Amino acid sequence: MSDPFLELDALTLTYGDTIAVEALDFHMAAGELVALLGPSGCGKTTTMRAIAGLMRPAAGHIRLDGRDITRVAPNRRGVGLVFQSYALFPHLSVYENVAFGLRIARIRAEELERRTHAALGAVGLTDFAGRAPAELSGGQQQRVALARSIVMEPKLLLLDEPLSNLDARLRLEMRTELARLQREFGIAMLYVTHDQAEALALADRIIVMNDGKVEQVGTPEDIYDRPTSVFVADFVGFENTFRVERGALSGANGPVDAGFAVTEGARGLAWRPQDVTLGQGPHRGRIEGASYLGQSVEYLMSSPLGPIKAERPAHEKRHATGTEVTFDLPQARAVELARG
Amino acid sequence: MRHAGRALLVVVMLFLVGPFILICLTGLSGGETLAFPPDGLSLRWVIRVFEIESFRDSFALSLTLGIGATLIALILGIPAAYALVRYDVPGADAIRNLLTAPIIVPGIIVGLALLRHLVIPSGLGVTLALFLGHTALLIPYAVRVTAASLQNLRADIEDAAILLGASRIGAFVRVTLPNIKNGIMAAFIIGFITSFNEVPVSLFLTGPGVATLPVDMLLYMEYNYDPSIAALSGLLALMSLGVVLTAERLLGLSRYV
Ligand SMILES: Nc1ncnc2c1ncn2[C@@H]1O[C@H](COP(=O)(O)OP(=O)(O)OP(=O)(O)O)[C@@H](O)[C@H]1O
Ligand SMILES: [Mg+2]
Repeated sequence: MSDPFLELDALTLTYGDTIAVEALDFHMAAGELVALLGPSGCGKTTTMRAIAGLMRPAAGHIRLDGRDITRVAPNRRGVGLVFQSYALFPHLSVYENVAFGLRIARIRAEELERRTHAALGAVGLTDFAGRAPAELSGGQQQRVALARSIVMEPKLLLLDEPLSNLDARLRLEMRTELARLQREFGIAMLYVTHDQAEALALADRIIVMNDGKVEQVGTPEDIYDRPTSVFVADFVGFENTFRVERGALSGANGPVDAGFAVTEGARGLAWRPQDVTLGQGPHRGRIEGASYLGQSVEYLMSSPLGPIKAERPAHEKRHATGTEVTFDLPQARAVELARG
Repeated sequence: MRHAGRALLVVVMLFLVGPFILICLTGLSGGETLAFPPDGLSLRWVIRVFEIESFRDSFALSLTLGIGATLIALILGIPAAYALVRYDVPGADAIRNLLTAPIIVPGIIVGLALLRHLVIPSGLGVTLALFLGHTALLIPYAVRVTAASLQNLRADIEDAAILLGASRIGAFVRVTLPNIKNGIMAAFIIGFITSFNEVPVSLFLTGPGVATLPVDMLLYMEYNYDPSIAALSGLLALMSLGVVLTAERLLGLSRYV
């Protein structure tokens, strides 16, 4: 494999005595769109700030395009950052916001004008060039922030939850827009989100973070279908995730036999709600609630294993709230987790 | 109840505006002494104000002092405010309290302390002492007013500017400064008016032939009891009013005080 474009090597980031990110390793290739996925507070923003150079690592190295940039000043890294908060300059027009970096770089007038207009066009804001940021909607401000970074043609563009404040429709629109820009400009993008659907839809590769550490790196399919830890399985919606202790599933009140021989070495097992079958099987539970979802019915059950979520096709036999049912967690549909 | 409230309002307004009207009328008197009601109306004392040489000198001094001391206070105060708002300065609370002290401590004490412990031991010139005294007096206002507008400004726009290629100082000049411009103007006006109206500190720091306008007016009154002093007071009040109203119109000054 060729040298990675961006490489974080045992990066540790701290705020005073608090360790926010610990010995983080990951790399990405040129032109790749990688999503950094993880729950609130896991260190995503901190990692971005360190890559951008706004924060000095306590330990470790950052390499970009074959160069160690760990100690390089933020304005000399060729890294763009789209802030979660947009961080537009309130005193400048949309046009001047986008032209800001080009002016600092003392780009010639004609080229500055051409590139600024091109960037505004790319995000569909040509007609808004003269407005102040305060006169734009959230989605439009978002796009100005994007244009302002893209116009600099950074080697690497960092996006910190850039779509989190948009409504569903705009979010989808911007998602498509981002993918197009990335293809068009060939910019490597590192995209922070805590929304797994967004990560799955957009990314070439996903890095799942938890509590300042990498949990799993893989393609969207890897992450979604083959999580390797209890944390990732929970995070991508398996709902029924159990640790394995001495060959049995760890339940709410002690171990419960899985009903089949658990593979040696598996530390956890997970099932999606759709894969839990009702009406037969080795486990017993009680229906605590049923919600009709149109195509299917979602059951919440209590059991010796703890709460179980099952989703069954609407045409299957219905189970009323309060009734006792048997259920199966089929071995064939189980995802084995190598880490607890 | 309603009537009582309205009556109270009228009384308060009378207290606030009454003296101003009385002074103005007294200054327009045609008579020889400071008295109310005025002895006929004329502009002779208003004109006389501009003929008194010591008033011209002290007005010039107060103007220079007000502008100069406020500028220096801002040059020192803006970086201080920036550091207090943006960084985890050790002992920031203590510094903040220290900075409010001159606003709370009576000017008489500040003036006496400066005279006794700075001017006399160092043999400092009177004019320089006045400058130092007023600068010290104004720094708290400069810090507090600029800090207030910095607090309302997001910090991340500076980071954004840096990532677009600006240096740290460049980011401050291009992004932060334009956005706190109004706060700085407000601080300037508040500082200038404070310095211009200041008596207690200046009283201690004046010497032969060097007096600020308000101090000069006090001295003048000791020997002359004519309406020119009232005419001058009225003119000054109108000047302050003009400055404040303009500032309010342009900057919304009341947001900062
Ligand atoms: N300025 C700071 N001072 C001290 N601790 C901080 C600071 N900023 C972040 N932290 C801590 O560092 C950890 C990581 O924070 P970070 O902002 O990177 O999380 P995040 O993954 O971006 O979360 P979110 O999804 O909520 O934005 C958190 O535990 C947070 O409390
Ligand atoms: Mg964050």
